[in-house]
Amino acid sequence: MLKEFKSALFMLLLMTLLTGGLYPALITGLSQTLFPYQAHGSLIHHQGTIVGSNLIGQPFSDAGYFWSRPSATTPMPYNAGSSSGSNTGPTNPDLETIVKDRITSLKESNPQQKLPIPVDLVTASASGLDPHISPAAAQWQIPRVAQARGLSEQALGDLVTQHTEGRTFGILGEPRVNILTLNQALDQGRAKP
Amino acid sequence: MTANGIFQIVFYLSVLLFLAWPLGVTMARIYAKELPMGLRWMSPVERGLYRLCGVKVDEEMSWTRYALAVLIFNLLGILAVYLLQRTQIWLPLNPQSQANVSPDLSFNTAISFVSNTNWQSYGGETTLSYLTQMLGLTVQNFVSAATGMAVLVALMRAFTRREVQVIGNFWVDMTRSTLYILLPLSLILSLLLVQQGVVQTFSPYQSAKLLQPVTYEEPVNGPDGQPLKDANGQAVTKKQTATEQVIALGPVASQVAIKQLGTNGGGFFNVNSAHPLENPTPLSNLMEMLAILLIPTALCFTFGRFVGDDRQGVAILAAMVIVFMAFLTLCVQAEQSGNPLFDKLGLDVIASNQTPGGNMEGKEVRFGIVNSAIWATATTAASNGSVNAMHDSFTPLGGLAPMALMQLGEVIFGGVGSGLYGMLLFALVGVFVSGLMIGRTPEYLGKKIEAFEIKMASIAILIPLIAVLLGTAVAVVTEAGRAGIANPGVHGFSEILYAFSSAGNNNGSAFAGLSANTPFYNILLGLAMLLSRYWVIIPVLAIAGSLAAKKTIPSSAGTLPTHTPLFVAFLIGVIIIVGALTFLPALALGPIVEHVHMINGH
Repeated sequence: MLKEFKSALFMLLLMTLLTGGLYPALITGLSQTLFPYQAHGSLIHHQGTIVGSNLIGQPFSDAGYFWSRPSATTPMPYNAGSSSGSNTGPTNPDLETIVKDRITSLKESNPQQKLPIPVDLVTASASGLDPHISPAAAQWQIPRVAQARGLSEQALGDLVTQHTEGRTFGILGEPRVNILTLNQALDQGRAKP
Repeated sequence: MTANGIFQIVFYLSVLLFLAWPLGVTMARIYAKELPMGLRWMSPVERGLYRLCGVKVDEEMSWTRYALAVLIFNLLGILAVYLLQRTQIWLPLNPQSQANVSPDLSFNTAISFVSNTNWQSYGGETTLSYLTQMLGLTVQNFVSAATGMAVLVALMRAFTRREVQVIGNFWVDMTRSTLYILLPLSLILSLLLVQQGVVQTFSPYQSAKLLQPVTYEEPVNGPDGQPLKDANGQAVTKKQTATEQVIALGPVASQVAIKQLGTNGGGFFNVNSAHPLENPTPLSNLMEMLAILLIPTALCFTFGRFVGDDRQGVAILAAMVIVFMAFLTLCVQAEQSGNPLFDKLGLDVIASNQTPGGNMEGKEVRFGIVNSAIWATATTAASNGSVNAMHDSFTPLGGLAPMALMQLGEVIFGGVGSGLYGMLLFALVGVFVSGLMIGRTPEYLGKKIEAFEIKMASIAILIPLIAVLLGTAVAVVTEAGRAGIANPGVHGFSEILYAFSSAGNNNGSAFAGLSANTPFYNILLGLAMLLSRYWVIIPVLAIAGSLAAKKTIPSSAGTLPTHTPLFVAFLIGVIIIVGALTFLPALALGPIVEHVHMINGH
């Protein structure tokens, strides 16, 4: 009994050193050397300040920006210091209320658009930080953004296409549009009229 | 199901089997003490560990001593993780100054990680310091997985022994699992994940300037620290504007790699692998999904090698894959069909190359429906419990699939080690029942199966079931239990049932709307996790001890073959009957009623 206790104690200490100390330290060292950009969060720098991460979404509500998916983080949406999904169940009456509200505000801001709204644009993401919307959800918003910015729908369509990532190797995952880099491109005047 | 969906599923399973076979064969060699070339340089480390710990490699243990070593080692682990959480504010590597964790939450988290459950009552980025995540959680991710593998190795070894009282040395089996299997695989996977964008840094959280400042309503707290309510019971809020976004970072990749490989599942961040910095791309998602099932699948091949008949391992794996495919199909189908509410509201819900469609509440666009459903099925078939989508927001039948897979006892792949030893218990019951039916002496792999083995197998199969049902019953009838419910109606019952199915089978995933960070749930779920981990391990080791002491009988015309499709079907039958008899009434009250409600538009 005492012998096993001694073995257990030393084994735990040494395993802690090995798997809790050396292992993460080694991975950190290698990552910082081989992939410093990714290891630090794929941050985007602009004129010396951090203006976001390529992998983290931001909230948008101006007519001249493409809008992200609803976020359930608190207290602010897209709070990347405290990720969270809505966890609203499929038959929860709140789901109907909140989705209806989202549909109303999307439609009011974009009255020219008559196509049905893609489902991802009115449902909260799992992380509350989803950096993407579906290509259909970006297309759907083009008339509103075009009007607010005085750009042609054609030019915006091209910009959305440029920012669309297909399935990896043509197979994995889903096609998607990075909302932050798309909106940054808009602000930088990359949509040619 | 879309053509691409079917293709992704087939692709996933093919890659999995392709990787698992060589790994399984290699693991058999490692446990037989023949190290492959690439790992030999580590053997001085192994010998050094034994010397410092006073372990004699050739000194084997009786099953009681083996069990004692497991229990003491795990008990010390619980103490270590508990103490780290209770003192983290005074320790280094806490750049966000996370406060010391409350006693009940520390108790729950300590048990959760040591028992390989990794249920998360806390949100990682808002609760734990980098040091606690590394020295507490990452360490247990390794050694709890290695404990499961060691117990399995002891059981497999017992089948090959004749009339001896010893089943191996726990310290050796555990150390070899960590050093030669878990650690090398984690090193490779971590770096692949960082390349894809998973963060790995000791820097504090960063602030980013938002492109468009955001206005939001922040709840106002009264002088007592509780949210203020107005006369109508609505929360009082005030308008706030934020121009910056805080981005949580940390040594994430090193922990994610082992949490996937070791069927642990406890995420670095609150939303686990749905977080873009924990699982940024479809490719990282594929790697993490492969890592969930890789070792449990490979261990089936290891088992075949161990007992000298590859077909035995393949038969067990076939039973797992068949049940897995059935639930996977159900889950994908249910999520892709989606919620009739969204049709009613006139949304575009048809999957295409432009939109994932289906039930996208609680899912990420980069994964869509198919990868969320594969993940949900894999993570609950295995006792992993990590998530890349919020199971609470799944459709009723989409959520039934993961819940039922846990309730089957975590033997469809199951935890590393624990899944296969659980499955072998069902195999013992299977040969026993079939032996009774056809009047043959029940034997498995040359060992006669007698009353003692069946008693122990029954205990190990029944204890988790009891933990789940009793726990659910207690929570449903008490005020403290019902207070945690987030969604009204039958879905609230499903949340509680899911929580106890998860804790009572050491899975760790959740219908996360349930507010489980209360003393009531932290303690009750903690006890469920303890009970069902160790009251499976102890009977399994007892069986190992008993089998090792038996004679091996050569197979004869009277032996029931256990590698045939007939046996596979029989094994599946036993698992499904035990699971269905126990849980169908509860499932009928939860997801099944909710499904009927949903399709009728309530």
